[in-house]
Amino acid sequence: MIRLTELTKRYGKFTAVDGIDLDVPRGELFGLLGPNGAGKTTSIRMIAGILRPTSGTVTVGGIDIQARPLEAKARLGYIPDRPFVYDKLTGGEFLRFAAALYGMQGAAVERRIDELLGLFDLGPWKGELTESYSHGMRQKLIIAGALVHRPEVIVVDEPMVGLDPKSARLLKELFREFVSRGGTVLMSTHTMEIAEVMCDRIAIVYRGKIAAQGTMPELRRQTSSEGMGLEDLFLKLTGGHHTPPLDAVLDA
Amino acid sequence: MTIEVARSQPSLWTVLTPKWRGVIARVRQERTGSRTKFVLLALTGLGFWTAVFGVAYRVLSYIERVQDLGTLLAGKMLGVILLAFLSILLLSNVITALSTFFLAKDLDLLVAAPIGWFRLYLSKLFETVVHSSWMVGLLALPILTAYGIVFSGGLLFPFVAAAAIVPYLVLPAVAGTIFTVILVNVFPARRTRELLGLVGLGAMAVLVLLLRFIRPEQLARPEGFRNFVDYLTALKAPTSPWLPSEWSAEMIMNWLTRVADPWPIVKLWVIGGLAVAAGAAVHRRFFLLGYSKAQEGAARKVRRPLRGPAARVLGWLPPQKREFLFKDARLFFRDNTQWSQLILLVVLLMIYIFNIKSLPIHSGERVPFALITVISFLNLGLAGFVLAAVAARFIFPGISLEGRQMWLLRSSPLDPRAMLWSKYWMGTVPLLVLAIGITALTNSLLKVSPFMMAVSLVTIVLYTMAVSALALAFGVFYPQFGTENAAQIPTSFGGIVYMMASLCLLAIVIMVEAIPVTAQLRAWQRGDQLQATPELVGSALLVVGICATATLVPLRLSARRLELMEW
Repeated sequence: MIRLTELTKRYGKFTAVDGIDLDVPRGELFGLLGPNGAGKTTSIRMIAGILRPTSGTVTVGGIDIQARPLEAKARLGYIPDRPFVYDKLTGGEFLRFAAALYGMQGAAVERRIDELLGLFDLGPWKGELTESYSHGMRQKLIIAGALVHRPEVIVVDEPMVGLDPKSARLLKELFREFVSRGGTVLMSTHTMEIAEVMCDRIAIVYRGKIAAQGTMPELRRQTSSEGMGLEDLFLKLTGGHHTPPLDAVLDA
Repeated sequence: MTIEVARSQPSLWTVLTPKWRGVIARVRQERTGSRTKFVLLALTGLGFWTAVFGVAYRVLSYIERVQDLGTLLAGKMLGVILLAFLSILLLSNVITALSTFFLAKDLDLLVAAPIGWFRLYLSKLFETVVHSSWMVGLLALPILTAYGIVFSGGLLFPFVAAAAIVPYLVLPAVAGTIFTVILVNVFPARRTRELLGLVGLGAMAVLVLLLRFIRPEQLARPEGFRNFVDYLTALKAPTSPWLPSEWSAEMIMNWLTRVADPWPIVKLWVIGGLAVAAGAAVHRRFFLLGYSKAQEGAARKVRRPLRGPAARVLGWLPPQKREFLFKDARLFFRDNTQWSQLILLVVLLMIYIFNIKSLPIHSGERVPFALITVISFLNLGLAGFVLAAVAARFIFPGISLEGRQMWLLRSSPLDPRAMLWSKYWMGTVPLLVLAIGITALTNSLLKVSPFMMAVSLVTIVLYTMAVSALALAFGVFYPQFGTENAAQIPTSFGGIVYMMASLCLLAIVIMVEAIPVTAQLRAWQRGDQLQATPELVGSALLVVGICATATLVPLRLSARRLELMEW
């Protein structure tokens, strides 16, 4: 459903994403893991059509996002890592606008908006300007915005940041249910437990390249890390095992 | 450790570091970005200054030669110019102070940091002065230079002028900050919007009264006075003795005419110092309370969600375009920093219409035909200038304001052309109404011929379409994403280049039209029938071609640019 071929993104001399190949089939929840600056967000933004690759291709449902962007994007729901919304729109207006961007209108949209706001406990805030929403509420609003047009694919960058435990659990269940009905989710995260529990397959991105990918047992095999949990495996691959000395920072 | 931190309060320079470093970074970015851009700005800026200087120099040279009255007239003129600037400064300071003191994004950091109240006040006052006054400063520079040269001010004149202008700029800023701090404290922040509207109306009334009271046009017509003594008395009388504009004008003219009078200097600096102290006292007493209130006021229900009739009228549009128009309208009218600029616009329009009305061209005496024609074209130029400025305020920031929400637009199947379409018509339709309204009104006041009225109306419609496209295009090519205040976007590099480009277009259109239209008007005055001469038809086609090109090319380039843009 999502296919990245030799995907590369350079900013001047710096290569953020270096020839990534990835294939996420329909009905799979795929996790993208990596340390800060590894190239996860850049990859996700290229899949969402916000960034243009320097080279390589992204296809969504077989449609090249560079060649036929409007068709490819119509199948996608994108949830960014930072919930920037229009401060001077109400939650309801934001969702109506998001639906209109996908060409949707009418009573069905209004029902869908109420349904999604209710699901995320935002119903009482429907008529409030989003400038008064907390970070978590905004995060829930943009998740609702990504679902309003019933996408086939959800591309999501750090979905759990700012969510309370109840909403985080809801989102996990929502994503699992979504893939069980044939949807596809590509998710980047720093939270190992979430990736380990939720994802069917995982790719570990390091310095713009995929260091390893597969199911948990496959990852262990590839890295000769039998019996290791995802966190240890991740730290082994990304060289994060050694904690720097903290005395100098904390001492007076 | 903690004691050391508490003792070492950051200096004012440190507090202002993000601001000046930001300016330096932007200049470096622009310089490395494109040399052509820099050269273009330098040349057009130089051209603009030279033009203002040239006009001021010629007028002052003429006035200076008038026996006995030269210096009096020049002083009066400076007083009136500074008074006009002061009225604009007062309004823009109130609007800017609301942003810098209560809405700026750096406030959380500054208020939470161990920065004393006085230092915070001074840094925010400095920011307010710079943001609201730099345009006035730039415009005053060539005018004051002309004064210095014509009246032989000498090498020290720049310092005297600076000493006269600095407190003149600080005083309205202090007034603006005091007013804003009290306003936010006395009324709930959610009412600030309505209150600013009232302030705007009040300020306009005062401004119009002031202009009516001064009647500067009378000074150009000595025959309007009963005798010479009356005229001399009017010239000698201070325009507004209680305002800093008069003190600054006096201080400058005293230096230029070698009059040793310390009073204007004392008034400017002592009252300036006292005002800053008073502002600081008000800030100390009320700022934190107001800042807290301003944040509490953020949560609010929307009373008029703007649907119903508007949705029915625009029901024929596809949902993408329609909701985009609704969204832009909502954001505009709900954002104080955007809609409050309408106040400035209305003031600008009132001054413009009042000035046209006050022109002494239909006061009994027969006026030469050439003068009426020149004034008609001048009016077209002025209307064009006003429209370009309005487009800079309201259309140019369109794309920049999408800024952080661009992820939503770019990840959705929204055609960038649909976004441009919505932005273009959202700005152009009200601008067209304004354009036709002011052109028809001012031409009626000038009692121009029906032919000139038709020429003006058609030209202004074509120019408005083009200028909207230019504003939008320059906004796409020079976006200011992540800006704190919409009011500051038009004064960015791109905004200035846009203004210059639109004024160049205006000059070209007027030049193409002037000669054949004047010939027609001359024939009409002789009693001949209007004729579609080849020159007239040719110039009309050329104007249509120029305006159509200036409309379509920028829009096409913008659509392409938007498609390639990354966030």
